Parts: sequence; structure tokens; C-alpha cells
Amino acid sequence: MTAKKSENFERPDGRKPNELRKITAKVGIVPNADGSAMFGFGDTIAIAAVYGPKKMHPQHAQDPERGTLRCNYNMLSFSVTERIRPGPSRRSTEISKITEWALKPIVMIDDFAGNVVDVHINILQANASTRCAGINAAAMALAHAGIPMKNLVTSVSIGKLDKNLVVDLIKEEEDWEEGEGATDIPITLTGDGKISHIQLDGKITKKQLIEAVELAKEAGKEIYAAQKKALKEAGEDKK
Amino acid sequence: MTDRKVVIPGEVIFEGDDYLPGEGTEKRGKEIVAVRFGLAEESKNLVKVIPLSGVYIPRRGNVVIGKVENVTFNGWVIDINTAEGAFLSLMEVPRYVNKDELREVMDIGDMVVAKIYSINKRGIDLTVKLKGLGKLEAGLIISINSNKVPRVIGREGSMISLIKDETNCRITVGQNGLIWISGNKVEDELFAKKAILYVTENSSSSGLTDEMKKWFEENKEKKK
Repeated sequence: MTAKKSENFERPDGRKPNELRKITAKVGIVPNADGSAMFGFGDTIAIAAVYGPKKMHPQHAQDPERGTLRCNYNMLSFSVTERIRPGPSRRSTEISKITEWALKPIVMIDDFAGNVVDVHINILQANASTRCAGINAAAMALAHAGIPMKNLVTSVSIGKLDKNLVVDLIKEEEDWEEGEGATDIPITLTGDGKISHIQLDGKITKKQLIEAVELAKEAGKEIYAAQKKALKEAGEDKK
Repeated sequence: MTDRKVVIPGEVIFEGDDYLPGEGTEKRGKEIVAVRFGLAEESKNLVKVIPLSGVYIPRRGNVVIGKVENVTFNGWVIDINTAEGAFLSLMEVPRYVNKDELREVMDIGDMVVAKIYSINKRGIDLTVKLKGLGKLEAGLIISINSNKVPRVIGREGSMISLIKDETNCRITVGQNGLIWISGNKVEDELFAKKAILYVTENSSSSGLTDEMKKWFEENKEKKK
């Protein structure tokens, strides 16, 4: 069954269905970190700082066979209109884990036995898609920290608003209530087009899900270009 | 390709079988792909990536400066700013040391210049059996980013010998980013420190050694 798209569907901010918000990407913004980066989709801004490889503490958490990747996602209290309680929450713990899984297939830290690579992601400003911005920033920061990687990852959220697929959701769209409501699908792809993370809460047909992945692949190219540009610029400065 | 270019992980550097993959690269099918962020450089038929940032990665043969962290029954544990601990064995000290008097040779907190002679699964092994290595008695130790060390040393040691001559100091640069400066006067040591920090801040400019010569001319006056 083909999902019918509403005739005169318009996004709240007037973007085209496959149009991303303005991307901001910068590398090397935390001088004290071994690697750092900032990534933003419009109003959503994430910064990531990477420390390590360093000795894992506590010692019982050390893995004698391979290195460990440890991610920490945190939303700052002033990142949203209604102040959120600072500190870890059920949501942030989950996203930390998700980020770790999304990045794990690309980092090559098998040689760093007993060591840990710490990734700290902070959301400065939030307007949906924060986990995607966080993963994008983390990929850049890991590269900047000189961690061996197979590739970069690009992450983007695909939304189904009623029956229409759109790319890079904003808060207003996340709370869509018309028709079938909103379904948020954050997807992370590696540079060679493989999926390293996909989440889905809501209802979607198989056909539309495939369409959503295709949409993510297209958007991923644009994000990858922005990440690449930022890293190259940082490299040229240091040459 | 004579110019060194910036590469990012996953970027294809070369296609075909003309080159061998070196450090920081990987062979995937017919392509040589970078696995690290840095500058791609080819030498003979080898392609490697020179890192631009990140933590210090110990290599065999590196001269490093470290701090004695612990004294064990057969050697010293040295902190050289790496994730892996480094160990200086009693056997690698060029003179006879009584096993009860290890602390008299080097105690916790002492600084030492050592060479990495092997890296294995258990950790890093150091030696002080060569000229210029051993415990540091007096002087100044400064810390810089380990990625800037090649700049401070310069091509074939041109930069560091310039600084040594101009400041009348003895300087040892550890590959891990620690630098030991020892001169007759504290002013000389501080001047050398200033010069090295100037190099690290302006590490991106080309013709740095010439620029440093100018810098010395300008600043020597002020110092007096």
C-alpha cells in the first residue's frame, strides 16, 4: 500500500521536505581536549570533546583485550526554553549508550587494550535532532583526536509527519498532531553508506522506511561534506 | 603529489598497487585509505599519515622525559604522559646499583631523560644506557603539545641548535612534549622558554627558522 502524501503539505519553517537546516561545523574548539568539534543543525548546537586514549579507571572496568569507547551525552540546563534539571537523566543515559553504539563500528581501538577513549557531548542549544548533532560532532572530534577510524559517521533525523517524509526535524514538527502524528527516525550512516544506528518510535510502513533510509543517505552526503570541510580547514591551519 | 595534503579517516589517498600502506593507512581492495586525521606523505613507495593532533603515541627509539612515579624492587616506573606506564629496569642503568639503594639513584618525583627501547604488550621499556640520558639534576622543564615537537627541533635540528646557541642553554627535547632547559643563569633559561613557546605558537608559518633568527635579534636587546 502506497502511503498517500497530503496534497498541500508545508513544513512549519517553510523548508522543502529534503532540505536540512543550516549546518555549522567547526573543529578544535576546546583547547584542553585531545580533540574537539562543534556541530549544529540550525538552532541545535552540540559540542564534543574527546580525551584519550588514556588508562581506564576504575581498574576493574579495564578490558585487557581491546580499548573501550565511553560516551557521555549531556543537555545543558539552558539549552531548552523550559530549564531542565542538570545532571544525568534516564533520557541522557540512553542517548549516551546509543551514541556509543553508533560510533563503535568505525573506531579502531582494538590496539588500546586497557585504555579508554572518552567522548563528552554537550548540547548548548536544542531544537530537536540533538542526538544526531551530537553524533556528528563526536565523529569529527574523534578524528581530530587522532583516533584511528575506518570512516566518519553522519547522523540525521528523518520524520514522518502524517504521511510525509521530511528530513531534519525541528521541535515543532516533532510535536505534529495532524493525521497520523509524528514519527521520529534518527539514522546514522557510515561514510560508505552502511547503517550504524537507527531508532524508530511510531508507526511506518516498510516501504516508507526504505524511503526514509534513502532520504538519510542523501542528507548524509551534505553532512559529510560539511564535516570534511571543517576537518580539512583545521588541518590546513596547523600545516 | 609533492605537496602534503590533509586527509580525514576514510579518505582514499591512492588507487592502485604502486604504493604500500604505511602508518595511519590501510589497504582496502585496490585503494589505500587513511585511517587517521593528518597529513598524507609519500616516501619512496610508502604512504603514511603524519598526525596533526591527539595524544603522544610512543615509538621505539624516541627520547622522552618522564617523572619517576614509583620505585619497585628491580627498577622504576616512569610517567611519560602515555596511557601505558613506562618501566626503567635496573639492568638498563649504566652502572652497578645495589638493589637496596634504588632510591638513592632515583627517587619518586625525580625527572629523567630516557630512550624507549621496546614496546610490548606489557608496556613500554626504557633505557638510560646512552650518552645524554639519565636523571636530570637542575634546570627548567616545560611542557608543550607533543605534535609541535618536530617544529621545535626543526629540520635536522636547525631550530633547536639555533635556540641553544642564542641562549647559551643546554636543551633536551622529549618526543612526548616535555623539554628540559639548563643554563648558567635563570634569565637564560627563561629566555629559552620564551623562544620555544614562540615557536609552538607560530608553528604554522613557513620559514620559521629564519623568522626565529629575526625574533632573537629583536628580543636580545630587550633582555639586556
